[in-house]
This record gives sequence, structure tokens and C-alpha cells, in this order.
Amino acid sequence: MEAIVDFALLAGLAAWAVAIVRLRSLFGAAMLFGIYSLHCALIFVVLDAVDVAFTEAAVGAGISTVLILGTLAITGIKLEVRHTRALIPLLITGTIGAALIYASVDMPLVGDPNAPANLHIVPDYIEGSATEIGIPNVVTSVLASYRGYDTLGEVTVIFTAGVGVLCLLGRGKPKRSRKPRG
Amino acid sequence: MTTIGLFNYWIVFVLMMSGLYIVIVSTNLIKKIIGLNIFQTSVFILYISIGKVSGGTAPILVDGITLYSNPLPHVLILTAIVVGVATTALGLAIVVRIHSAFNSIDEEEIYTTSD
Amino acid sequence: MEHHIVLRVVAKLLIPVILLFALYVQFHGDYGPGGGFQAGVIFGAGLILYALIFGLQTIKKVVTPSFVHYMSGVGLLLYAGVGVISLFKGGNYLDYSFLSADPVHGQHLGILLIELGVGITVAFVMVSLFYAFAGYRQADLKVPPDTGHEATEKARDAVLEREPQ
Repeated sequence: MEAIVDFALLAGLAAWAVAIVRLRSLFGAAMLFGIYSLHCALIFVVLDAVDVAFTEAAVGAGISTVLILGTLAITGIKLEVRHTRALIPLLITGTIGAALIYASVDMPLVGDPNAPANLHIVPDYIEGSATEIGIPNVVTSVLASYRGYDTLGEVTVIFTAGVGVLCLLGRGKPKRSRKPRG
Repeated sequence: MTTIGLFNYWIVFVLMMSGLYIVIVSTNLIKKIIGLNIFQTSVFILYISIGKVSGGTAPILVDGITLYSNPLPHVLILTAIVVGVATTALGLAIVVRIHSAFNSIDEEEIYTTSD
Repeated sequence: MEHHIVLRVVAKLLIPVILLFALYVQFHGDYGPGGGFQAGVIFGAGLILYALIFGLQTIKKVVTPSFVHYMSGVGLLLYAGVGVISLFKGGNYLDYSFLSADPVHGQHLGILLIELGVGITVAFVMVSLFYAFAGYRQADLKVPPDTGHEATEKARDAVLEREPQ
């Protein structure tokens, strides 16, 4: 049952992606991307990643869609996308995709409890979360305690990206020196 | 439960290549950023699929359950999503500045203007 | 936006619940799904929803841009500060076991504090990103303020459609 739900959701996600590729309207693509992200969140729930699903639903369907629409409001919302000639890119992506699928045959099956990724260090985290840290949510204890440096780095990246946007777009206050072009 | 097999990975590759295709083919900078975001979400699904354990539950410890999915990819992707939106915003900010400098967000128009 | 009465009423009902839910996700993250990143984006999305419905000027009266910019640094400093305190207490950087006499209690305290730092930074960086994008148009193009009247709507459209150069 779980596998059927997984198949159906993933096939739907691929359909959204193809729709985004084919769509010429930029506004439509932005809205479809919001739906795509919410759909992604559903898949994360099926794959047991509830914390990730939470974040993806709030970020993908909420904030990043709002930011793309905000950019469209500045650059003009009625833009149509032009595509260049598609034959060579189609060949390139087709070849890379085929190579990746060929490579995936050697990967451990999805859900294999004995896959290398599931055997190294992770059992220690799950056990230690109960004994050393004492909180039930293993994701929180790995995020905040076992990999605290990692998270500090990520928060710094977020802060720096915010500072970068403020440098590029100003602090939202009108500048006296900036004349309207005309 | 029947096995999921490798289906997740194949869909991930389809999504990845759709994102790459958008980045190559589209001349519009915002559409390119949407393509990069699709590529990014495909990597998220790849990681989460690697961490899935059949018959396991979400990694929140409860008495009586011994099998949990792998929490480590969840941690990596959780932070990557939020970092991803911050870097996307940075990309969009550069697009806005390009628009105010060239009055266009279409690559080819920008090339012809800057000649 | 005065004519969007359904949106305004529903948003007024929902926004307090969204903000409260963000706080729940923040402080219940140790026991259920949740944590600083999730709570931060939900809190930020709640504030952005308010700005979208009631206008940028309205929210800037309460959540001023300078407050947003300070807070996005404060969260990061709180995170790094917890690490420094654990250094002074005799442990390694970000080793929460030294924050309290009982190591497990120290871990609880450390995780609570750094998750709070993460939540503050993420929430206010998201809001400041929105302010930057939403404020740019008005600052750059001198668009008349959004009052919802038809005449000003037309003036806004005229400014936005006008070709720079």
C-alpha cells in the first residue's frame, strides 16, 4: 500500500515538472512551482521525513513562491518565456539521464535496512538520542547537538544570504540620489 | 509491504533532468531559477529516499517501536531547504538588479543590449 | 485591498493561529516534529501573509525594518553565544553537556537555546527578504501607495508599465 502511494505521488510530481518545462507563461510556472513544492512535502511524509515535509510545505509553497512572484511584480508579470532550439539540450539531458539510470542499478534498493547509509553512525545517534540527550525527536538532537557546528554554518549561510539580498536591493527605503529613469 | 525498488531514484533523475533542461533551454532568468529549484528538490528527494527504511517510522522515539528511518538525511535536507530559499532569494535579487540595468530578464536581449 | 473582504476576515482569523502554531513547533520540537528551522519559516510566512493582505506599510509600523535586521543577527549571536558559554564552562565549543550540572539537562537547555536562535534568525531573514523584494518596487519606481482606489490603481499600473530608459 505504501509503495502504491509512493509510486502515484512520484509520478504526479514528474507530471508537474514536465508541465513546468512546457509552460510558456512565467506566472503560470511560478504558481505551478508552488504546487510542485507542496506535492514534494506529501512525498516527504510518505518517506517518513515529517520534519522535512513541514519545512518544504512552509518554504516551497509559501515563501519561495511569494519571492518569485515579488520578482515578477518588479520585472513584469505578463512575460512569456522563449525557448532556444531544443534538440541538442534534449540529447544532452537524455544522455545524462540514461547514464544516471544505468548507474542507479548498482544502488541499494529504496527502504533497504542494510544499505550502507543506514548502518554507519546512525544507530548510535538513535540510541544516543534517548540516553545521552534525552529527547525523543532524533532529528532535533542530531541537528542541534551531534551536528551543532554544521547547523551553525547553515544559519550563518542564511544570515549571509539575507545580508547579500539587502546589499543588492537596498534596505527598502527610497534613496534620494536614485532618480527615476526617463 | 512490497518493495519500492529503484523507482524513487528514476523519478529523481527525471526531475533532475527536467530542471537541467529548463536551465539550458530557457533564456528567461526567472525560469532558469525555477529550473534550478526543481533540480534542488530532486536532490532532496534522492537523500530522503536513501534514508527510508522499509517498515520503519518517522525518527521520533516512541516506546515499543524499534525500527526508525534514517534521521541523518532528514537533518541535512531540513537545513538545505531553508538555505536553498535564502540562496534563491539572492539569485532573484541579482535578477532584479539585472532588470534595472538592462531593462530585460531575457538572456538574448541582454546580450544584444550589452554589445 | 479594501474590497477583498473575505481574504481580510479569514487572514485576521488565521494569522494569530499561524503565529501561535509557529511557537508550538518551536518549543515542542524536542518531543514531536518541529524545531527552529520549521518554526522560523512558519513564523515568517505568517508575518508575510499579514503584509500581503494588509499592505507593507501597515506591517512596517509594528515590525519595523530595523528591528527585523537586528533580530536576524541576534538569533545567530544567540547560537554562537551558547557555544562560547560552553567554552567558558570548561567544555568544547557547542558542547551543551557542560551548561548544567546534569549533562542531560545541559543538553536540553543547549538545544532549546540554539533552536531559539535558529528560529529567530530564520524567521526574520525571511521577513527581511520579503521586505527587500516588496519594498524595492516602491522605492525605485516611486509608485503611488496602494490605497485600493481605482484611480491610484491605474496610476500604479501606469508607473509599472512605463518603460524605464
